[in-house]
Amino acid sequence: MADHDHDHDHGAPLGEIQLRVRALETILTEKGYVDPAALDAIVEAYETKIGPRNGALVVAKAWRDPAFKAALLKDATAAIAALGHASRVGDHLVAIENTPQRHNMVVCTLCSCYPWEMLGLPPIWYKSAPYRSRAVKDPRGVLAEFGVKLPKETEVRVWDSTAETRFIVVPMRPAGTEDFSEEQLADLVTRDSMIGTGLARTPAEARP
Amino acid sequence: MNGVHDMGGMDGFGKVEVEENEPPFHHKWEGRVLAMQRAMGYAGAWHIDDSRYAQETLSPRVYLAVSYYWRWALGMQQNLLKRGFVTEDEIAAGHSLRPARPLPRKLTPEVVRAGMARDTFFRQQQAHARFKPGDRVRTRNINPLGHTRLPRYARDKVGTVELIHGCHAYPDAVASDRGDDPQWLYTVVFDGREIWGADADPTLKISIDAFEPYLEPA
Repeated sequence: MADHDHDHDHGAPLGEIQLRVRALETILTEKGYVDPAALDAIVEAYETKIGPRNGALVVAKAWRDPAFKAALLKDATAAIAALGHASRVGDHLVAIENTPQRHNMVVCTLCSCYPWEMLGLPPIWYKSAPYRSRAVKDPRGVLAEFGVKLPKETEVRVWDSTAETRFIVVPMRPAGTEDFSEEQLADLVTRDSMIGTGLARTPAEARP
Repeated sequence: MNGVHDMGGMDGFGKVEVEENEPPFHHKWEGRVLAMQRAMGYAGAWHIDDSRYAQETLSPRVYLAVSYYWRWALGMQQNLLKRGFVTEDEIAAGHSLRPARPLPRKLTPEVVRAGMARDTFFRQQQAHARFKPGDRVRTRNINPLGHTRLPRYARDKVGTVELIHGCHAYPDAVASDRGDDPQWLYTVVFDGREIWGADADPTLKISIDAFEPYLEPA
């Protein structure tokens, strides 16, 4: 395969791709390498269980509980493991906090590293050439396309996920949420705000 | 390798296009590819850096032209063939034609439902860490033909060690089948102007996670 000209794969029709993927699964199953029921379970988990709500609940808890926030920023893996209820995370999660002085933004320029357990599967734009190429060079331009305009003097810190460390941004807590429950706060925490291409929603923005 | 996958700082790819309410998978086959890849990784067939390297060695035209999960499928197929888990004639036939190559374990639905955490990449340290937070370091100017996690834009640049993440499996060794070769891993932060020149945004800071062999004292 590696030696072949791959041109025939360009824009391969959907039917052909489906057939080839099905053939691969048949071979791997017949060989005993994979159990199709385990594959079903993985797909189901990403379709129904593992998504940005996991991360949003962690951020909401950090906003309400200073001790938890301190623990999260010190060692995110340990702090989330101690919660017990959230989805299990790998060993290498780092939480980084946005402040009025510094805005954090996460990218993987080399592939698509992303904190799956906290945010689910990455959106297509995160894995795309425009984001991967520009996030490190022109983050303010990228942010503008997401509708985010930061003060001129705010430091923009871009974290390129070049190893197995995974980063989750703790966005700034919106004003006017002092009485909010964790659940209510979590509704303000968008996926993009935990990647750093967005801000948490204000209570007014969240109102239907 | 200096492939097209190493995109940081390239120009000309256009705007970031956001799809509203994007589903986890756009087609059923995408989920099957992701799941097969994870199952083969769990089984011990190859490492995550082998998957990355297989994709990096696709022709640049293919890498840029195909969709994300189709790229995964092409990389997976390459590892299956290269490592003798599947043969070309089996792929052509769409069926197994000969005995399997044994694998250490097999992923079951129970393991998935119990909540699959990622593998740990921590390894036993082989020596003391050479650097500590606050140290000034220069990234090496390396251009290996194999897999590396030091992006081109961050080579031969001076930065500051900010975090130490412990000792990790070293991707450059793993993806050339040289074992884990554990190395200290650091977050190193650079001023935007060090990377992009004097007219770069003065408020920009960029960090990479750098393995110790990528670094020397500055």
